Amino acid sequence: MNFLTIFILIPVLMLLSLFAARNRKQVLSIMVTGSAALAAASVYLAIRYITAGNGGATGTMLLTSSHMWYKPLNIGFSLGVDGVSVAMLCLSSVIVLTGTFISWKIQPLTKEFFLWFCLLSLGVFGFFITTDLFTMFMFYEIALIPMYLLIGIWGSGKKEYSAMKLTLMLMGASALLLVGILGIYFSAGAVSMNIPDIAHIDIPLDKQLFFFLLTFIGFGVLGALFPFHTWSPDGHASAPTAVSMLHAGVLMKLGGYGCFRVSICLMPDAAHILAPLFLVLTATGVFYGALAAIHQRDLKYINAYSSVSHCNLVLFAVLMLTRTAMTGAVLQMLSHGLMTALFFALIGTIYERTHTRMITEMGGLMRVIPFLGVAFVIAGLASLGLPGLSGFVSEMTIFIGSFENADLFRRVLTVIALSSIVVTAVYILRMVGKFLYGPMQNPHHNELTDAVWYEKLAVVILTAGIAYIGMFPLGLSDMLNESVGLIK
Amino acid sequence: MDYTILILLLPLCSFLAIGLPGTKLKPLVAGIAGTVTLATVALLSYYTAYAYFTTQNINGIWQTIVPCNFTWLHVGEKLHIDLGILLDPISVMMLVVISTVSLMVHIYSMGYMKGEKGFQRYYAFLSLFTFSMLGLVLATNIFQMYIFWELVGVSSYLLIGFYYTKPAAVAASKKAFIVTRFADLFFLIGILVLSYFTQTFDFGTLMTGGGAILNRSMGSTFIGTSALTWAMALIFTGAAGKSAMFPLHIWLPDAMEGATPVSALIHAATMVVAGVYLVARMFPIYIGFTPEVLHGIAYVGAFTALFAAVIAIVQTDIKRVLAFSTISQIGFMMVALGVCTSRELGQHAHGGLGYMASLFHLFTHAMFKSLLFLGAGSVIHAVHSNEMKDMGGLRKYMPVTHITFLIACLAIAGIPPFSGFVSKDEIMTAAYGFSTGMGIWMTLTAGLTAFYMFRLYYRIFWGKEYKVHGNVTPHESPRSMTYPLMFLALLTIAGGFIPFGKFVTADHTQYIIHLDTTVAVISILVALAAIGAATFLYRKENRRPARLADKTRGLYKAAWNRFYIDEVYQFITRKIIFNGISRPFAWLDRHVIDGAMNGLGWLTTRTSEAVRGFQSGSVQWYAWVFLLSTLLITVLAIL
Repeated sequence: MNFLTIFILIPVLMLLSLFAARNRKQVLSIMVTGSAALAAASVYLAIRYITAGNGGATGTMLLTSSHMWYKPLNIGFSLGVDGVSVAMLCLSSVIVLTGTFISWKIQPLTKEFFLWFCLLSLGVFGFFITTDLFTMFMFYEIALIPMYLLIGIWGSGKKEYSAMKLTLMLMGASALLLVGILGIYFSAGAVSMNIPDIAHIDIPLDKQLFFFLLTFIGFGVLGALFPFHTWSPDGHASAPTAVSMLHAGVLMKLGGYGCFRVSICLMPDAAHILAPLFLVLTATGVFYGALAAIHQRDLKYINAYSSVSHCNLVLFAVLMLTRTAMTGAVLQMLSHGLMTALFFALIGTIYERTHTRMITEMGGLMRVIPFLGVAFVIAGLASLGLPGLSGFVSEMTIFIGSFENADLFRRVLTVIALSSIVVTAVYILRMVGKFLYGPMQNPHHNELTDAVWYEKLAVVILTAGIAYIGMFPLGLSDMLNESVGLIK
Repeated sequence: MDYTILILLLPLCSFLAIGLPGTKLKPLVAGIAGTVTLATVALLSYYTAYAYFTTQNINGIWQTIVPCNFTWLHVGEKLHIDLGILLDPISVMMLVVISTVSLMVHIYSMGYMKGEKGFQRYYAFLSLFTFSMLGLVLATNIFQMYIFWELVGVSSYLLIGFYYTKPAAVAASKKAFIVTRFADLFFLIGILVLSYFTQTFDFGTLMTGGGAILNRSMGSTFIGTSALTWAMALIFTGAAGKSAMFPLHIWLPDAMEGATPVSALIHAATMVVAGVYLVARMFPIYIGFTPEVLHGIAYVGAFTALFAAVIAIVQTDIKRVLAFSTISQIGFMMVALGVCTSRELGQHAHGGLGYMASLFHLFTHAMFKSLLFLGAGSVIHAVHSNEMKDMGGLRKYMPVTHITFLIACLAIAGIPPFSGFVSKDEIMTAAYGFSTGMGIWMTLTAGLTAFYMFRLYYRIFWGKEYKVHGNVTPHESPRSMTYPLMFLALLTIAGGFIPFGKFVTADHTQYIIHLDTTVAVISILVALAAIGAATFLYRKENRRPARLADKTRGLYKAAWNRFYIDEVYQFITRKIIFNGISRPFAWLDRHVIDGAMNGLGWLTTRTSEAVRGFQSGSVQWYAWVFLLSTLLITVLAIL
């Protein structure tokens, strides 16, 4: 049996035992055991992948296997990972684990919440291990549906509206995707749905152009491609903490990953032709997201717009079509995943204490909740690209990679995207200065208590990840560079 | 010299060791741990300097050595970011300056910050800053410099905002970070352009293998200017941000919200001169390939020097006077670098006097300016105020502070034999060598410097008698604070006698200093006249200053309001960017872009509602529609 199936097996087992669980304690122990097992499996996979690489095998898909699933359309249950998917699997497992800790006290319907949460994880893990277009699409849909219920039932604020909007926009995008995928399949000669196989086939240019548009926009909506990002601020703001974490941290990466793996890898000629159009959109998105974030008062909205900015940078980097920029794109996905998960975790825990997310209604919280406060500042510094934390590594790789393109058009766009680092500093410092520093706004906040063990654990794990990538990026970056080098 | 890695690692370890346990550590333990670490670092630095300057001169040329260097990240086929240590005369000189001032500040803070909440955090941040600053000067490549450049920026942010419950401190820290970040953006673009053409970040490759590599970037032009010129101008913009050159100087006066020892360390002696260091580091390229940028630097420096000096004359907050004085003095250093001329361009160009004078002034300025700040801190500690009106006549109460402060004032005013005289005089000679206009401009600025420094001195220690409130009299600071003052005063006296030209020059060979006596005499006379004027106006309390201010009301008010530069920024950021761009963007997002999506949803609902009627299941309705349509079609057919 392929080792990768374990990433589907564990969530399925978790689902089954959650059905049988009778009280909250059992539910939590199942979740912790399961997500820890997933984390262990992904770390083991990463080590196995890197050691295999030392034997000279990196740069190709490892652990491949394929079982035909639906013969008429050549849909197979094809598995395989390269450096990029290994990295994404590690990210997902870390976020599922920390998300579990953050949801320790979720009320009501604890069991049901975790059931849907598990199903969502199943979709995410499945998406990253498959190499078959249709199976990927299927897992993508599996991840999408629970989102509606998780936001609609456990969310806050105008949750029904947000849940509906998010689901409808993403569903609309997946309609484009389905057409795109089938189009790729048929124009590539209808022999296989497996990505590595299709990559050898030259798809006619006119078809490439059309299906590139469909798939790039389809995945792009999920990756917050400007101007199709508007589901994200509402969705993130209404979602419960762990769902925001998983959604911004992992699910949005499905978009970037899909754009890279499907649109760019399979249709490189169309990518060259259509890149300028999307580069303009994404560069605008990077700058625009940051500018819009300056003006928000709700912590979750600030972070949501910040995500729009950072996720557009991922797509921007992918479209630069240089190896360095693409390495940077994957690094940015990892970095943003950890960072935004940390942000949402902290916002959630702070909200539980203050019952408000409005920065104007808080102030001087650093004094009463120093642990959460310091962690928040670290997350903020990572977000504005401080050296030593992950954001710097990914952004610098992207910008240097983008500059490898010699034409003025791309240079100008790079400078526009680059200027977002100043705007990012403005909104991060404004946010931190308003609600953590300064005098105490609300006398009731004097009695707040700092983080408890499960919150601390989640925060420490995420911070450690951010610091690790920020300080010792060499191994990771080289591994990713090998993998993205496969592209024509 | 493998041990030099410890100079970097020790402060980092002490940052983690003091920072991570937080308040679990006793304040005294944190303070001692930080100070002892720094003392070790200082000893190691002195030993490094000794070892370097005794062994590394081969055939009259100072060698550049790289004791360690490793790859941190690959970015592209050839490009890689390294972290390492580079020793050459300027980095060794900076090593000595930083570790000395930092050690003094560590010792001084034991007394100054005693009993403050967050004492441990303060020492952790000091260690972080020292680590970042040392990493900056020891960088082997421009990207490493950028990395540590950002880290000193954030340490400065954290230390300015140390009193985080004070809104003014929070605002100042934010402003400092954002303004320097804005400048760093240009620095980064400069690095990107330079590295694209040269395919290296490494200083060694850039400088020694320079010609061929750099010529490639000379060929490519953008708006009529070569890529190299663009890159070097952009890099200087980064330097101007950190070194508070006009018009990016606005963050420095506000940064005085931080604790005074922090101002002494970061905003007087070390971080703010990082820009000068950067230009000095890239100097072979500036002088050899882009002399026009270098001259631009001279003009920016000269303008800033005079501009800041004029403002310093009318400020009443003693730390702000010192802040503007720092801006002005850094202007001097920039001028000295900028006025370097060389007849031959390319590989063999060397700077001559200016380069050496600039770094000499950096060295002496670090000593006397940190002394001034620490002295001001001692005064503030005694009277609990920054304002001149709460001071006066303090010489009787604080003799050590008084004498050391006077020594520093004489040094900055340029009175021989104090260190400031020697270094400033070399800058003057270089400026007169460039053009007479530049020389006169700088002499005027030097005169103003002497004037505002002695205004400050008299208003603190002379002037009106100190009014004792109740039975609390101001008293001399504890020894932990006065000993650093005395040590720095000693350096301020002795610093001028160092044969600097032997050690630090642009082309690493010896430079023989010959003082231009005419220039020296003019400088001394101007300084004495300015001190005389200050004595006349401020030694005793009188109405002359008020009358003078009245007579020059317009200028006085403008200078008092710092020529309204802050208001201009306020207008640009608040009115234009925040309200004029960001607010519409946020609105646009919610109403137009999101509105379009919601509109799509609305349209779908409405369409479905409209179409729903067609399948109502009501047979009568179907019959009616059928009948009417048949009639309609028949009528149409007949017509």
